[in-house]
Amino acid sequence: MDFNDTPEEAKFRQEARQWLAANIPDKKELAGLDTIAAAKLWQKRKYDAGWACITWPEAHGGRGATPIEKVIWEQEEGKYNITEDNITEDVFSIGHGMCAPTMMAWATEEQNSKYLPRLASGEDIWCQLFSEPAGGSDLAALRTRAEKDGDEWVINGQKIWTTGAHYSDYAILVLRTDPTVPKHQGLTYFFIDMKSPGIEVKPIRQISGGANFNEVYLTDVRVSDSQRLGAVGQGWQVAITTLMNERASIGSGGGGVNFDRVFELAGKVNIGDKPALEDSGVRRKLADWYIQEAGLKYNGYRSLSALSRGETPGPESSIGKLVGAPKLQDMSSFALDLLDSSGAILDHEFSEDAGKYQNAFLNSPGLRIAGGTDEIMANIIAERVLGMPQDVRVDKGIPFNEIPTSG
Amino acid sequence: MNFEFSEDQNLLREQAKGFLSDNCSTKVVRKILEGDESFDQDLWRQIVEMGWTAAVIPEEFDGLGLSYLELSVIAEELGRVYAPVPFSSSVYLATESLLAAGSKEQKNNWLPKLANGSVIGCFAAVEGSGQISPSTISTTVQDGVISGAKIPVADGDVADFAIVIARDDKGVSAYLVSLTGSGVSRQTVETLDPTRSHARIDFSEASAELLGEAGQGWALLDKVYNRAAILFAWEQLGCADAALEMAREYSMGRFAFGRPIASYQAIKHKLVNIYVKNSLARSNCYYGSWALSTDAPELPIAAAAARVAAIQAGYLASKENIQTHGGMGFTWEFDCQLPYRRSKLLSINIGSEAVWQEKLISAIESERAA
Repeated sequence: MDFNDTPEEAKFRQEARQWLAANIPDKKELAGLDTIAAAKLWQKRKYDAGWACITWPEAHGGRGATPIEKVIWEQEEGKYNITEDNITEDVFSIGHGMCAPTMMAWATEEQNSKYLPRLASGEDIWCQLFSEPAGGSDLAALRTRAEKDGDEWVINGQKIWTTGAHYSDYAILVLRTDPTVPKHQGLTYFFIDMKSPGIEVKPIRQISGGANFNEVYLTDVRVSDSQRLGAVGQGWQVAITTLMNERASIGSGGGGVNFDRVFELAGKVNIGDKPALEDSGVRRKLADWYIQEAGLKYNGYRSLSALSRGETPGPESSIGKLVGAPKLQDMSSFALDLLDSSGAILDHEFSEDAGKYQNAFLNSPGLRIAGGTDEIMANIIAERVLGMPQDVRVDKGIPFNEIPTSG
Repeated sequence: MNFEFSEDQNLLREQAKGFLSDNCSTKVVRKILEGDESFDQDLWRQIVEMGWTAAVIPEEFDGLGLSYLELSVIAEELGRVYAPVPFSSSVYLATESLLAAGSKEQKNNWLPKLANGSVIGCFAAVEGSGQISPSTISTTVQDGVISGAKIPVADGDVADFAIVIARDDKGVSAYLVSLTGSGVSRQTVETLDPTRSHARIDFSEASAELLGEAGQGWALLDKVYNRAAILFAWEQLGCADAALEMAREYSMGRFAFGRPIASYQAIKHKLVNIYVKNSLARSNCYYGSWALSTDAPELPIAAAAARVAAIQAGYLASKENIQTHGGMGFTWEFDCQLPYRRSKLLSINIGSEAVWQEKLISAIESERAA
């Protein structure tokens, strides 16, 4: 066991470091740009030098790099805080992490040559129109209809929880094309121009006050049959390609609340007349979080070792979100307890660490839901890793339009 | 990045698995559970023949000179089958004490015999209820003779010698005491896990030989416990994985309300919680083994993290395994009791969860203060 790069990896890391050091945009360059413009500036610069979406084939805007090289690149890029909250990730992660792999697997070469380089260069931003008010965890219960009309399809319905729909240029989406067959069989998959007439985007305000998600209403929206991915009725299978990549794209985004922060905080605030860090209850809790955080970190090292050998990471890589998201919620709640009454203060001027713990407390419930709830993640691990059977599904084999619904 | 066991180490694991599944079935473990024997002598002899007791002993003392990564692999597999042998006492504690503090002569005297299994060692620190500390040690050495009582001592009834933590005129020191000479009386005590024997040892002016520097006994205990903690953690994890597998297998075959109970989310989520804790413990154990095999300065943190993670994993897996089995899991006949007993024993043998949580945070404080 060792933590060192192989000679090839070390050479690649050195190359990445040198390029980043010479090309990272400085504060002055980004001044006055909004987060989208700043993210686009950085993405374009990487693209022009061959450092964007590096694992993609060259013809699609990448450089055909290996998965371990991608990790090395992300480690090195991650050392720079491009914009204050690292928004570059948020803007492109769905397009690069989920839409592109789906396109590569199912679109024509002509389509990929046309769209993927623009996605890699940051010229276009993509989003994902999957969830619906009636289909979240049970995604295949979605109801938005598409009806064939000549060479086109006409779409009517509503999508929800769409990250970045308000600034996206294209979307991937799953639609119901046949409600008379069992639910998984009546779906078809498309990609669509978000500027198409009939698309209306309304932001959803979250508990935290922010608005990263949207409702997307589709009214008589027309899409060409040439933008269908996979066969009519094969939408679920195509969606699986996207979902398999989703777990890799949604991190546990801690917003800076981690063991180190809470450990430091416990040294600064008192319980009774002593620093909280001297309280044995606090110490035991900190120990528990340390082993979770260290466990996830070394899980990551094990996955990297597999990638480094050209293998696929083992099942240990599937637990990250299931551990990380509840941990963030519990740690931020605990930090507020340590702050005692002043934990209530969100006002950046008066609060400890500029409201970091308060914001994490308000944001963390979303992480336990996005990209598969804790409960769905547990089902996936039970079924795929432990090989346990699926739950009984009362809608199995029943035509979609005969399945009981909540209204 | 190479944070994995090597091909040779994985090969060793396959050999160990094969050997133990042939020679340490739960039938073998139950023979010790239900009989009067303190450990399985036949299994022990074969373990010695495989060279496992000699694994990390240097070649100059007739050992195999393997690394702690190999020993970690062996520890996990022994834990997985709840092996009823004095391996942890003799290898992780007694051998480690000699390696850490033994004089040339003491090493020459004892290490070859520990390697070839002609002697069994144990570690005697505890003197009754509650956490131990330098101030709780009352066993005393004066003019080379030791007096006092140690209870419980794992494998104290079958060991040939003990490393004893005792008080002398320099403070707390470690002594090497033969258990077969005069002034030593011992009796087997019944414990939570009869597949691992424990004893009360009474010393009455028995002759004792200083191990390491006088007054440095507590430092030696700390060092040996830190190293042993990682190996105990691997045993504990092997045991936790065995409990998870037992629960999984049972849930797939047990039908209720017309379907396997494994198809109910209540059971799935229970087992996934175990899987998650085991996975976190495993990765912490990997780091522990890395620290142990390279003598890294991070060892105290790595050891405590591995130990706490494995204790928590072992407890969850072993109790929820019984729960998954329902009433049958509570019977003597079913094997659910084996990981339940062993897991708890492992988690209190060298200091409980609270002790190691405290050690972890103290070690992190020292690291940050440095």
